[in-house]
Amino acid sequence: MGKSVSTTEFNEMLKTLAGEYRIFAPKRFVHHGKCTGTDLIRYGEVHSLDEIEYKAKSNFSLKEILHPINQTIFYFTETEFSEPATENKGIVIFARPCDINGVFRLDNIFLHNGDEEDYYYKKPRDKVRFVMMECTVGFENCFCVSMDTNKSDDYHMAVRFGGEEYLLDIRDQFFIDVLEGVGEDIEFTPDFIKRNRVEVRLPEIDRMPPAMYDHEMWDEYSTRCIACGRCTTTCITCSCFTTTDIANEDNPKQGERRRTWASCHIEGFTDMAGGHGFRKKNGEKMRFKTLHKIYDYNRRFGKGPMCVGCGRCDDACPVYISFSNCINKVTSYV
Amino acid sequence: MNNPYLPKPYHILEIFHESETEFTFKLERDYEINFGQFLQVSLPRIGEAPISVSDFGEGWLEMTIRAVGNLTKDIFKLTAGDKMFVRGPYGNGFDMSEYIGKHLVIAAGGTGLAPVRSMINHIYRDEGVVEKLDLLFGFKNPSSIIFNRDIEKWKEKFDTMLTLDEACGLDGVCEGLITNYVKDVRLSEFEKMAVIVIGPPVMMKYTAGEFVERGVPEEKIWVSFERNMSCALGKCGHCKIDETYVCLEGPVFNYSKAVKLID
Repeated sequence: MGKSVSTTEFNEMLKTLAGEYRIFAPKRFVHHGKCTGTDLIRYGEVHSLDEIEYKAKSNFSLKEILHPINQTIFYFTETEFSEPATENKGIVIFARPCDINGVFRLDNIFLHNGDEEDYYYKKPRDKVRFVMMECTVGFENCFCVSMDTNKSDDYHMAVRFGGEEYLLDIRDQFFIDVLEGVGEDIEFTPDFIKRNRVEVRLPEIDRMPPAMYDHEMWDEYSTRCIACGRCTTTCITCSCFTTTDIANEDNPKQGERRRTWASCHIEGFTDMAGGHGFRKKNGEKMRFKTLHKIYDYNRRFGKGPMCVGCGRCDDACPVYISFSNCINKVTSYV
Repeated sequence: MNNPYLPKPYHILEIFHESETEFTFKLERDYEINFGQFLQVSLPRIGEAPISVSDFGEGWLEMTIRAVGNLTKDIFKLTAGDKMFVRGPYGNGFDMSEYIGKHLVIAAGGTGLAPVRSMINHIYRDEGVVEKLDLLFGFKNPSSIIFNRDIEKWKEKFDTMLTLDEACGLDGVCEGLITNYVKDVRLSEFEKMAVIVIGPPVMMKYTAGEFVERGVPEEKIWVSFERNMSCALGKCGHCKIDETYVCLEGPVFNYSKAVKLID
C-alpha cells in the first residue's frame, strides 16, 4: 500500500520503531573522509530523518551490520567457551536496491554454501527489515543496470526522499501496523534507475577459457594494484574473514576468538603454516577477485554474477583501477 | 541454533615423536570419520588450523603435526592427559569404493603421507580390500622421514619404494626426487588401477604429471589439497579455488578436476 507522510510523521514512526528495532542508514561523518575537507558516509544507527544521508552514495556498504569488521565469536578460559550476549532488538536497514541485492549474495555464501548456516551471520540476518531507498539517478562509477541489480522487490517498505512529503510503498504487515492512521493513502510504487553512465558487458560463456587465467591483461594490475584491499572492504558482496585469538593481557589463559574481514587482495590470504601461499602477484589477486565476482559465483550458485555494480571499489581505489573497465576487458578477450 | 564454530575438548591419549619437528597426537574420538578427512584444531590463545587425520580406530584418532606455524609450535607443549580442542571432521576424504579390488599406487611426499596413512593401515589390516598396494614415498632427508615404524611394517606386505631428495647412504633407500621413480612403479591395466598422489603442490603436479605421461588416465588419479582455512564450513573464502571450496568439495579431488583448478 502507498502512503504519503510528513517529516514529523516519519520521525514519529522512527521513534516508535526504536523501541523494538535498531535502525541503520547511511550517515555523514563530517571531516572523516579520506582526503582533507571530505566527509565519510557509512552506515550507522539513526534515530531521526536528518541523520540519514540519502543524497550521496555511502563509501562503505551495509554489510558491516550483518558481518561486522571485527567480531568476537566466543570467549574462552582454559576449559570453557562462552558466546557473547546477542542483541534482541530487530534491525531496520535503509538500503538502495544494489545493496539489497548484495545482501542476497551474502546470504548465498553465509547460509547456503555448505551444509551449515553461518551462526553469527544468521542471527542478525533473521531480524532484518529493509526500507528501500528509491535510487533513480545513480552516482559516479555505478553500473547496477548492467548487473541487473538496479531493481529489487525484496523490501518491506520503500521510500522516496527529496519531496516535501515522504512517499512510501509498504509491503510488510509490520510497517502497515506501525503506520496505521498516519499520513495520506496514495498510489505509489518506487522507480528504479534505467541507465548508468558506466556500462558493463559480462562475458557470455559456459566455461572460462583457461588462457584467460594467465592472460597478459592481468600484468597491468601487477604493476598498478598495491594490494591494499580497499576494493574488497567497500564491496557489499565480499564476505571473507579470518579468525584470530586474542589473549587477555592480565590473564593470558583467558581471551577471545575474533573474526575479522579478510581479503583475497591482501598479502597472506592463502598462506599456510610453513609459508607457502598462492597468487603472489597482485595481477593474480585481481584475476581471482574479478573471476569470482563475474564468473565463479554464478558457476556455483547459478544466480547471476556476484558483483552488484555499486562501483564502490572504483570509488575507493587509491590507484584508480576501474573494476567496470576490467570486466569489459575480460569480456572483450574471452 | 547449532553453532558449528565452537570446538569441543578431547583428551590426548598419547603423543609420539615422528621426527625432530613432527609429533603425532592420539586423541579420544566419539564421531564418525573417513580416510583423508581433517579437523579444525584449536589452541585457545593461538588460533585454529586444519590438520589431517593420520590414523583412526575404535574411539581414537591421530593427527600428525609439524612445528611450522604459530599454532603448531604451541601444540608441542601439550602432554598426554591434556585436552585438545577440535571441531570436525571436515572434507570429503577418500572414497574407498573407488579403490576396492584395484591395484592401488600411493605416491606421497613428506607430510603428505599423513592423510593417507589411515588408509594404508586399513589395507594393511585387511589386505583383501585392494588387489595390491604399491607405495612410493619421498622425503627431504633422513631426519624428515615420518612414520618410520609404519613404513618398516608396510614394507613386509607392500612393494615399497623410499627416496630422499638429498643423498643419504641408507640401506634400501633411493636418492633423488620422487618424480624420478614414477617410471619404476609397476602399472596394471588402467581400468583395474588407481593412483593417489599426495604431498606439496609442486610435488603433486609433477608426480601426477609423470603418471599421466605413462598413460594413466587422469580419472584414475586422486590428489589431496592443503589450503589455508579459517572456518572449514565454506564461508571464510580462504580455500576457494575457482568455484570450488577445498573444505567442502575437497580436500580429495580426482585429478581430472584438480588439474583444471587454477589458484
